[in-house]
Amino acid sequence: MSVVAMLFFIVVLLFALLAAAALLTWVERRLLAWWQDRYGPNRAGPFGILQAFADVIKILLKEDWIPPLADKPVFVIAPAIVAVTMLLGFAIVPLAPGLVIADLNVALLFFFAMTGLSVYSVTFAGWASNNNYSLLGSLRTAAQMISYEVFMLLSLVGVVILAGSFRLTDIVDAQRGMWFFVPQFVGLVVFFLAAIAETHRLPFDLPEAEHELVAGYHTEYSGMKFGLFFLGEYLGMMLSSAMIVTLFFGGWLGPPFLPPIVWFLLKTAFFVCLYLLLRAALPRPRYDQLMGYAWKFLLPVALLNIVVTGAIVVATRSPAEVGS
Amino acid sequence: MTTAFYIFGAIAIAATILTITRVNAMHALLYLVVSLLAVAGVFFILGAPFAAMLEIIVYAGAIIVLFVFAVMMLNLGDVSIEQERRWLSPDLWLGPSILSAILLAELVYLLSIGDLGAPPGEPVGAAAVAARLFGPYLLAVELASMLLLAGLVGAYRIGRILDERTAERTSSAEREPVAAGADAPQRVEATAASVFAHDGEGE
Repeated sequence: MSVVAMLFFIVVLLFALLAAAALLTWVERRLLAWWQDRYGPNRAGPFGILQAFADVIKILLKEDWIPPLADKPVFVIAPAIVAVTMLLGFAIVPLAPGLVIADLNVALLFFFAMTGLSVYSVTFAGWASNNNYSLLGSLRTAAQMISYEVFMLLSLVGVVILAGSFRLTDIVDAQRGMWFFVPQFVGLVVFFLAAIAETHRLPFDLPEAEHELVAGYHTEYSGMKFGLFFLGEYLGMMLSSAMIVTLFFGGWLGPPFLPPIVWFLLKTAFFVCLYLLLRAALPRPRYDQLMGYAWKFLLPVALLNIVVTGAIVVATRSPAEVGS
Repeated sequence: MTTAFYIFGAIAIAATILTITRVNAMHALLYLVVSLLAVAGVFFILGAPFAAMLEIIVYAGAIIVLFVFAVMMLNLGDVSIEQERRWLSPDLWLGPSILSAILLAELVYLLSIGDLGAPPGEPVGAAAVAARLFGPYLLAVELASMLLLAGLVGAYRIGRILDERTAERTSSAEREPVAAGADAPQRVEATAASVFAHDGEGE
């Protein structure tokens, strides 16, 4: 792609992502309502789709209040961090052959770098708010996200072993014969759970559990600063879904009657909906259950997965193939 | 590329200086993160993308988060800021600064006399790093993992002792009626301890 085409693609992708995140709030409420036998927001426009725009206008016009006791610069930076890191994360997601902003040879590590940095958003927000609930919420988040990041990384080692590369386009190409969710089913399950905890979506939204922490780390946030946290959460959900599709479900691969990008978007939409359904279906665990489950169950399972995958690859492939 | 290198380098140096001179621990950590990101950028430009990503994931993404975590638990206030301010008095930083200046002068001298050798070679990918680590440097990797294992066992032992103590403290704290609004910082600490005290008694 030429520089102009690349810039155009980046701008289009940014707008598409922001619009999708805004629309997703409406989709979430409609789907939740549908599963719970309600109507949901159905008044503004066809099927209530204009509700998303109304919400955006409302949140932009809300008073943007900074608590007098807050640490102002950190308080202002914190919500931007999560939105920026999540948007940057999309730079390495291949939408279709050749349709990727940065085809890095360490793309997968870049994804982890971005999810790792997004932790700061929550921790700094909670600390800068100078509020007990915020502080407790961000303490929980820091512990939860660091823990689940470990399994997120470990769960993908199997995929990397099979594909022999950190480059996402290589990983998709390696799935031409068989999508990786078959040989790496354990990795998929661990990654999926870790991704929920990383984006702190329900049921793993202990950092903002309203029944005990008001709204957790974003208790003191209002207006578009709160909107950025919201945006970051939805972007994170879409990014995790896109990564699940890329790593385990063949990315853009699919029967040729639809173009590759449509396959990619369809699969991603499916996993986004699965995220939403989990929210409707599952209760929240206790915090110690969440952490205990992570360290006592997911960690051994992820490590076992690496050992077994590595052993099978070494046993079945010739040394030259493994070494490449 | 050279311009980008110098920009990243300048950011790293400026952020590191700011890290040292900040009196607020949280602000210092924020600058440290910026510094680490800039160093990752330098690595990337020098043709070591793998090292750059590890720099962000391990240092910025995990270790500094733990620092932030600790600072939040300690609930540092104006007292610690005052203390930091006293530590930054000239008679304390003058000696180290002179030593650093000598090192800098030495570095500049070396750079000015000799040629710097070949420019950075070809990019070192992840596979190349792995091949070295598990080939010629296998012994070092094994030693490092043994060190980590020792650290892990030690942390487990210390953590267990602390767990019992915090459990005692929390149970006694629960018996006392909580004074409303009077001593907010102490209450945060007690609540935080009780939040994490549950960790040990999972099942």
